[in-house]
Amino acid sequence: MNSDEIEITLNGAPTQVPVGTNVAELVTRILPNARAYAVEVNRSVLSRREHAERTVKHGDVIEVVTLVGGG
Amino acid sequence: MTAPFAPAVPPLSIAGFTLQSRLVTGTGKYRDYETMQRALDVSGCDAVTVAVRRERLVDAQGRSLLDFLDLARYTILPNTAGCFSAEDAIRVSRLGREILDSVDNPGKHWVKLEVLGDRKTLLPDPVGTLEACRELVKDGFTVLCYSSDDPIMAVRLRDAGAASVMPAGSPIGSGRGIANPANIALILELLKDPAAGGDAAYPVIVDAGVGTPSDVTLAMELGADGVLLNTGIAHAKDPVRMAHAMKLALDSGYHGARSGRIERKLHASASSPWQGSIASTVIPGE
Repeated sequence: MNSDEIEITLNGAPTQVPVGTNVAELVTRILPNARAYAVEVNRSVLSRREHAERTVKHGDVIEVVTLVGGG
Repeated sequence: MTAPFAPAVPPLSIAGFTLQSRLVTGTGKYRDYETMQRALDVSGCDAVTVAVRRERLVDAQGRSLLDFLDLARYTILPNTAGCFSAEDAIRVSRLGREILDSVDNPGKHWVKLEVLGDRKTLLPDPVGTLEACRELVKDGFTVLCYSSDDPIMAVRLRDAGAASVMPAGSPIGSGRGIANPANIALILELLKDPAAGGDAAYPVIVDAGVGTPSDVTLAMELGADGVLLNTGIAHAKDPVRMAHAMKLALDSGYHGARSGRIERKLHASASSPWQGSIASTVIPGE
């Protein structure tokens, strides 16, 4: 890991991201075409309007979820 | 010429949601999205269940579920399938609400709550279900609550604020139909019969285990307000035709329940008159 990177857990996997990345940027980077999704940071939902304001921190556990077929 | 007799099945109202069709169908397990899309259309449903999962986005051809669901047509009912604790079910409910809020679907206000107790049977954990139901109601959700067919549990969930109790006919995906019709009848009595402390308008939907159209008909004949199913259509050899059959079955059961069936009797009752028969009155063995 570079000194200008931090490590988070993204959808269950250890992931390195640049220092200063916010959640909106993170989602855009991994899901450029995502339409319907939600983000949870450390087990709390982060509303869409907060994505650009919340900077990702070392050790954050982030889940990005969407809808799939189900019963 | 007499007018055609075609009474309509009226819409079902669930805490502010109005479902034109009483058949709620799942979106899982289809062999491809095109088949799912056609089966949903043919089933006539206007509410469909979905699951909330980590973003993988696409199928092998680069497509996602939402490319095949008309969000202007269907009310999306997110489930908490796969959750084995109240805490996880609450997290998933909130994530589902956030997703549907982002696409402005009315389903953002409701959830199909499932808290499972066992991976092999997928039977609900009653304690976790009750705990999650209370919390979600407090959080403003309209909770449609998957439950076992235990009548007392159904009452407890209603009392906890569930907008609808949805007892399983039999385990999820088992295709065993209504395993215990007497329990479903007791649930319907306790929740819907004013003489038993119920409310005729309280919606009870039979969820899970449906394998064949006659299962849907039986649920409706017992007096259920609707049926929720997925595997029975999705895993049929011809899902689209089965969706059509399930729709007809629901309508049959609805009307049958309101037509006053005959009593079950031990002995026969001839439909043709005895009088005027030319047959011998000597009956062998009498």
